[in-house]
Amino acid sequence: MRKAYVAGLAAGISFIAMGAAQAVEIEYWQYVFDSRVQAMDQLIEKFEAANPDITVKQTTFPYADYQTRVVAAKVAGQGPDVVQLFYGWTDQFVNGGLIQPLDPAVFPHAEIEADFFPIVSAMKRGEDYYGLPTAVRSLALFYNKAIFAEAGVEPPTNLEEFLAAAEATTKRDGAGNITSAGITLDMAGQDHHWWREVLIRQNGGVPYDAEGNVAYNDAAGAAALKFYTDLQTEKNVGLVGFMDEGQAAFRAGLAAMTIDGTFRLGAFAANPFEWGVVELPADANGMRSNYSSYFANGIGATSSGEELVAAQKFLQYISSPEAMEIWLNTVGELPARRDVALTEANLSDPIRGPFLKGLEYAHTTQFYDEAAQRQTSIDMVNRVLLEGQSIEDSVAQAAAAEQAIIDQGRQ
Amino acid sequence: MASANAIEQRGPVRFWDRLNIGTKRVIWAWAFLALPIIFYAGIRFYPTFQAFWLSLTNWDLLRPAQFIGFANYQKMFADPIFWKVFQNTFLYLIIGTPVSLVISFVIAYYLDRVRIMHSFIRALYFLPFLTTAAAMGWVWRWFYQPVPIGVINGFLSSVGIAQQPFLRSVDQALFSILIPAIWAGLGFQIIIFMAGLRAIPGTFYEAARIDGLGDWAILRKITIPLLKPTTVFLVVFSSIGFLRIFDQVYNMTTNDPGGPLNATKPLVLMIYQTAFSSYQMGYAAAQTVVLFTILLIVSLLQLYVLREKK
Repeated sequence: MRKAYVAGLAAGISFIAMGAAQAVEIEYWQYVFDSRVQAMDQLIEKFEAANPDITVKQTTFPYADYQTRVVAAKVAGQGPDVVQLFYGWTDQFVNGGLIQPLDPAVFPHAEIEADFFPIVSAMKRGEDYYGLPTAVRSLALFYNKAIFAEAGVEPPTNLEEFLAAAEATTKRDGAGNITSAGITLDMAGQDHHWWREVLIRQNGGVPYDAEGNVAYNDAAGAAALKFYTDLQTEKNVGLVGFMDEGQAAFRAGLAAMTIDGTFRLGAFAANPFEWGVVELPADANGMRSNYSSYFANGIGATSSGEELVAAQKFLQYISSPEAMEIWLNTVGELPARRDVALTEANLSDPIRGPFLKGLEYAHTTQFYDEAAQRQTSIDMVNRVLLEGQSIEDSVAQAAAAEQAIIDQGRQ
Repeated sequence: MASANAIEQRGPVRFWDRLNIGTKRVIWAWAFLALPIIFYAGIRFYPTFQAFWLSLTNWDLLRPAQFIGFANYQKMFADPIFWKVFQNTFLYLIIGTPVSLVISFVIAYYLDRVRIMHSFIRALYFLPFLTTAAAMGWVWRWFYQPVPIGVINGFLSSVGIAQQPFLRSVDQALFSILIPAIWAGLGFQIIIFMAGLRAIPGTFYEAARIDGLGDWAILRKITIPLLKPTTVFLVVFSSIGFLRIFDQVYNMTTNDPGGPLNATKPLVLMIYQTAFSSYQMGYAAAQTVVLFTILLIVSLLQLYVLREKK
């Protein structure tokens, strides 16, 4: 009797031990952003239900610390199994040995290239993909319907109408100070992308050549910068630093238009006024461009063995059509797979539609150090506006500074 | 054998017993002092010396550090942004320290004579010192905004003066940041000055009055000379504070940290960006060594200039 009891106990213990050995825990890292964390919680719940032997632990850090944490964890030898990264950080993450290439047997290249939007190629280095996005972002022009109705103008479709609408919707006080802007000017926000990938191309140039070197130090780059700075100096329809930030001015109802991305949809949802979205204005010939970016999920360099297998399964799930659907409805970001994104319902949606159309002709800048490269654009505009430097000199100086960052990044 | 062992064991006891009470006290004192010394050596001094070594390497967190000699220093001294930042740092110091000391002395001097609601007024002056620099930075940042939300520009416009760019100007931005930074430190300096003023014996003043000295002469001959220890402390303390200014600058210019066009960037912010946004740890360590050297020289210089002449 007693023997049987002991044997049963032993069997029970070994069964528990076996269960523990089978359950794999993997860590997922992303930065703190309410709706993203909620969406990931939902995805983890569904994934764990389908894979009872795997548990996923989500760890989040404030955005400002995020990269430092990932780097520090690598130094300490305790990196995540699946990690979210901005596509523009790929070089730093690959060179730093923070992420490993995706196994082509699990993630066939042909399938990736057929199913995802072509911008996924920004995650490719040599022959390897280093991550897959769940959602992608593009830019569009947000406009305040109340201010437009008051001024009696329609949302612009090209740059000429854009200027006219900005002029019609700008309000100024007796001294000529702007009290409500036509368009927000905020290079630290999304405007540097608009300048780089849209305005330069619409002026007949390209921001970078085929080798990825700076190519905007020409008439097209100068014309694009002049168009931008003229909005403040010549046209007086916007003011850099007005209401501190472009998005703040728009949210406060003190800017008629702002250029921003899909990720702003959640924040703007609470705006106490009606607003709409249209594609970024085309040039005189109807040529349009857009900037698309995304956060991808990669597999941590330290992940191996059964954790690696679990991490691959998890990455497959969070890049699946089902996950993209959940992400779209929770975060508002566009699905990274064509067939999930380009549905009738999405394309005819008044908000999602313009962003999706933008994806079709979007470009993705190959960044080496996104923050530093953005800083060169901020400084370029400031030199013209604050120090009176000529447009051409400022573009030349920005081009030299950005090329230096690119050269440094390639070392 | 056994007896030899016994003697050996008793040895230390005898040694301890042989010490007199004074020596024992010293040993006990050092035993207790050893704890903070070890702590300081491990947490403060060792990393400081490590930083000197790092400044000679190209460590970027990811790859092991390689010795590259003085390349970081060459790069730094050839970088125009470094010199701009260097100049900014000294502007914060050269303007911030004297202005804040003069203002706080004047306030303390007169506040010392106020009897009605003395504690309340003193508390009001001290309040900004208790406020988080980040919160203060953001409030002032909004004060400086253009119309329609900026309070200062709103006032200027209402009296018919053109609105000023403040933080959006390469000329005004540094001063715009200095004002709240000075204001924030005033409370502390006023309290210290008042303590110094109270410590001057009243008999000196009585003797001076009997000799027929006026207020100005008393201030010049008695108050200011006798406040010297207080002044030395505050000059050193506030100089180090301005040389290390960071919170106000960072919070008032987060969209373009240290901008526009590096007009407000102090050395500490440059170090922060080099280390934690570009991950050039070696280069950042070289900048830290420069900051350390400046702090050391400025402190020694001030102690020398303001030393007691005996």
